[in-house]
Amino acid sequence: MTAETTNSEPTRERSTVPVVSVDDVSFAYGDLPVIESVSIDIEPGAFLGLVGPNGSGKSTLLNLMLGLEKPDTGTVRLFGEPASEFDAGERIGYVPQNATTAADRMPVTVRELVTMGRYPRRLVGRFSDDDRRAIDNALRAVGISDLTDRRVGQLSGGQRQRVFIARALAAEADLLALDEPTVGVDAESREAFYELLADLNDSGLTILLIEHDIGVVTTYASEIACLNRRLYFDGDPEDFVATDALAAAYGTDQHVLTHDH
Amino acid sequence: MMTSHSLVTVLLQASADRLSPIEGLWRLFEWLLVYVYGAGMNLLSELLGVRMLGYPYMQRAYLAGACIAVIGPLVGTFLVHREMSMLADTLAHTAFAGVAVGLFLNAALSLSLSPLLTAMIVAIGTALLVELLIEYAGAYSDTSLAIVLTTGFALGSVLITATDGGIAVGIDAYLFGSLSTVSKENVGLLVAMSFLIGTLVTVAYRPLLYVTVDATAARAARINVRLYKRLMVVLTALVVVSAMQIMGVILVAAMLVVPVATAGFVAQSFKQSILLAILAAEFAVLSGVTIAYVYGLAAGGSIVLSAAAVYVTVLVVAKADTRWLLRSLPRRTDQSIEHTQQGLEADGGERE
Repeated sequence: MTAETTNSEPTRERSTVPVVSVDDVSFAYGDLPVIESVSIDIEPGAFLGLVGPNGSGKSTLLNLMLGLEKPDTGTVRLFGEPASEFDAGERIGYVPQNATTAADRMPVTVRELVTMGRYPRRLVGRFSDDDRRAIDNALRAVGISDLTDRRVGQLSGGQRQRVFIARALAAEADLLALDEPTVGVDAESREAFYELLADLNDSGLTILLIEHDIGVVTTYASEIACLNRRLYFDGDPEDFVATDALAAAYGTDQHVLTHDH
Repeated sequence: MMTSHSLVTVLLQASADRLSPIEGLWRLFEWLLVYVYGAGMNLLSELLGVRMLGYPYMQRAYLAGACIAVIGPLVGTFLVHREMSMLADTLAHTAFAGVAVGLFLNAALSLSLSPLLTAMIVAIGTALLVELLIEYAGAYSDTSLAIVLTTGFALGSVLITATDGGIAVGIDAYLFGSLSTVSKENVGLLVAMSFLIGTLVTVAYRPLLYVTVDATAARAARINVRLYKRLMVVLTALVVVSAMQIMGVILVAAMLVVPVATAGFVAQSFKQSILLAILAAEFAVLSGVTIAYVYGLAAGGSIVLSAAAVYVTVLVVAKADTRWLLRSLPRRTDQSIEHTQQGLEADGGERE
């Protein structure tokens, strides 16, 4: 199971422009402030873990970063362009929260769902050989080539997550954003899933992961951001453990879950 | 005899009469309906010895039903899997208000609007209004649909009673539908709608599917989610109004929902689900129309009952089948796994 297969074409161009650049952004739902003067950059090739308590604005910040919401003040840039005007949809692979449970009831096969990754490039018309190759490579990269004709709802939680990752890989996205992707996935599959993310990150894919399990983030992410309306920390996972940012953000004495591998 | 009705004569006559393209198409359609489809059905009637297939009004009923059985599930599959089945019913009931508005305006202002046109306008308007409410209020609400549905129907019933001779136009025909009164125009509308809806769904298939399965990801992929959601509800309005006269306001929604739910039990892929739903609907329509004719029953009701019968049958078979399959599958026992592991360990031991 190698992630390299998806990047068989010339290696991703590593530009120095941040993939996401959030500058002094505030956002409120009505009178309720959700994000307050947050500034953060995601550099190409980073694996950013975004943590914070429930209702801390993690998903909102993600939506702002992807240009799905407009900030009240401040600016968000995606690949150097204003996020809300950015239109190269194929560069963003997004696995929304609970996306996988919604697909449960739907009569959709693994291949159909992964093929959606090519839709931004080809909304109408026949798929080219390149399209089909990208889909096959994506299926292979996450190890679900043998499940292509299965209905997504019949798969296990762990397999289903891989289908959604494959959709982003089929798009040949430069940024993979995941919002609490392993809710309801058994522990063993979760670990394999995060190993897969780490592999994909090693191959050059920029990853933005929202996680409630801080242990996962400190283990796999290259950068950690701790949010509770304001940004309490942004930097190295090791430094994060050493500081009291976690306690400050959560307001209680939280402990980093120990992971023994 | 044949020459005077040949396609060439019809087309020549049409151009000689300086008809507009629409009128020309209508002539062509009439010709196809009578001399191709009708003649084919007459032949079938003689071959099978089934007399009802030879009656022009039955021929029209079968054709109209067949069209409904295509467009209903085609649009309904997206609607049902977006969990908005009730929208079809709501639009049908407000379309009834649209019919009433047309009749009322005609009587009050002595216009000659087609009630079908006003129904179409009101249904599309309501569809977009509901979609806008969802966009701005956030959630799709059962309650708001129930309010729109009943208000629309109430408006319809009030306007009908306010219209002189309103009852004379046959409210029953709109409420319960009617097969015996399917006119050439009804069939023409359904055939034209089938082409229009079929084309739209084919062209917009990918974004419609993406939006149905995962709207949030579709938005992140820069697909115009609002546009395609609106298209989906407008298509629903078109189907409901086109099929309303045959199926009846009260029952028409069934054609967008029941066959789709049936197909959902067995289909693996989305495309397969659309095809199976159309098959289920065609079966329901053909058997429903036939039963209605033979026993002199209401056609709309017969069609929906046979669709429901197919649903229950598939439900029972699918559930029974999986249970039977589960029992017949060789159990994956922990024992066998233990054996292999022991075997491997034993092997390793020997080598050392």
